[in-house]
Amino acid sequence: MRFKQGCKDGIPIMLGYLTVSFTFGVSCVAKGFKWWMPVFCSLTNFTGTGQFAGMDLIAAAGSVLELIATMLVINARYSLMAISLSQKLTPKTTFGQRLLIAFGLTDENYAVAMRRQYEVTFDYYLGVMTTSFSGWVVGTLLGALAGNILPESLLSAFGIALYGMFIAIVIPPCRSSKAIATVVLTAIGLSCLFYYTPYLKNLSSGWAVIICGISSALIGAIFFPVKDEENSDDGKDGEAISSDNNSETNSQHNFDIENSDSNVSTKTESAACDENIENITADDTRIHTKGEDKNASL
Amino acid sequence: MQVFDVVWRILLMALITYLCRVLTLVLVRKKIKSRFFRSFLEYLPYGVLTAMVFPAVLYCTANFYSALVGMIVAIILSLFKRGLLTVALSATATVFLVELIMRLA
Repeated sequence: MRFKQGCKDGIPIMLGYLTVSFTFGVSCVAKGFKWWMPVFCSLTNFTGTGQFAGMDLIAAAGSVLELIATMLVINARYSLMAISLSQKLTPKTTFGQRLLIAFGLTDENYAVAMRRQYEVTFDYYLGVMTTSFSGWVVGTLLGALAGNILPESLLSAFGIALYGMFIAIVIPPCRSSKAIATVVLTAIGLSCLFYYTPYLKNLSSGWAVIICGISSALIGAIFFPVKDEENSDDGKDGEAISSDNNSETNSQHNFDIENSDSNVSTKTESAACDENIENITADDTRIHTKGEDKNASL
Repeated sequence: MQVFDVVWRILLMALITYLCRVLTLVLVRKKIKSRFFRSFLEYLPYGVLTAMVFPAVLYCTANFYSALVGMIVAIILSLFKRGLLTVALSATATVFLVELIMRLA
């Protein structure tokens, strides 16, 4: 069931991957690799930027040290993502399951998993990563085999597909969360700074992404710390309201029992009690909805 | 370059990539208590993804202007909370159309 849901959520990623890995396959064959080499790379690596950069270096006969350094810089962000994904996984996720999940920790799989309102289970993540991985490998294969058949214009247009997906992930929550809007705007500003300013722009894009991502998240954490989990889902107001209602219910309940011999009184009290319960339900719903909003922005 | 050289370099890439992913996923298992660090982790994906997209998205197609229009379309659709696939395909279609028009003009 959760596996199915994961597969469903993985479909947009799969379609995005098909196009990106297709271009990866095309570009590798164009660089002189045999058709199976990019496929082998996609099967073992399952990472976008890293594969492009790595195959570039291999084609250019770069040193092994350079290859290692580049892969470390480009993939360092995964270790940070792994920490936060680890927080989101159900505690019962086993060691072996984590070993498998780690293989499927890509930007997009991660983003989709983190967007989920609930804790992420192994089944769900397996669904997402199986679907997206199949798109990744099949896309590479098709790209490597049919490389030059697609017209240049279509390839160019597909270049924006994955960026479009990222935009659809980061922009919507900006509307409901000032915190996320701040983080996103800071990241845009810093990233442009690193892209266009002399000297700064000499930094590799892998490093720039790491620096901009960390700084903007730090600014978010400093100015908009998240609410404590120990308290209710939603700030102090929600908590105050719900506890008020609880105490009222309790007192009404006691009162009800005390007067149970009097029919009239019981009726009145139970009516009052019903009303109260309705209030509570309404409040709970409200709190719940707020909680969902908050989670939806994750 | 020999086939063998390519294969072991690809495997080396895979090893580094996997280590970056697996180490913290396996080692950091307890729920993090620090409110500051939890906030940081909550915002990190937005920071990283945004930094990856902007301004690189402007140079991901054959033409700056097609990418610019595609990006604007993607942002507007996202503000109206359209799904991932809708946004991605609309941006792609926009780029294709803009480049087609520019070639014809």
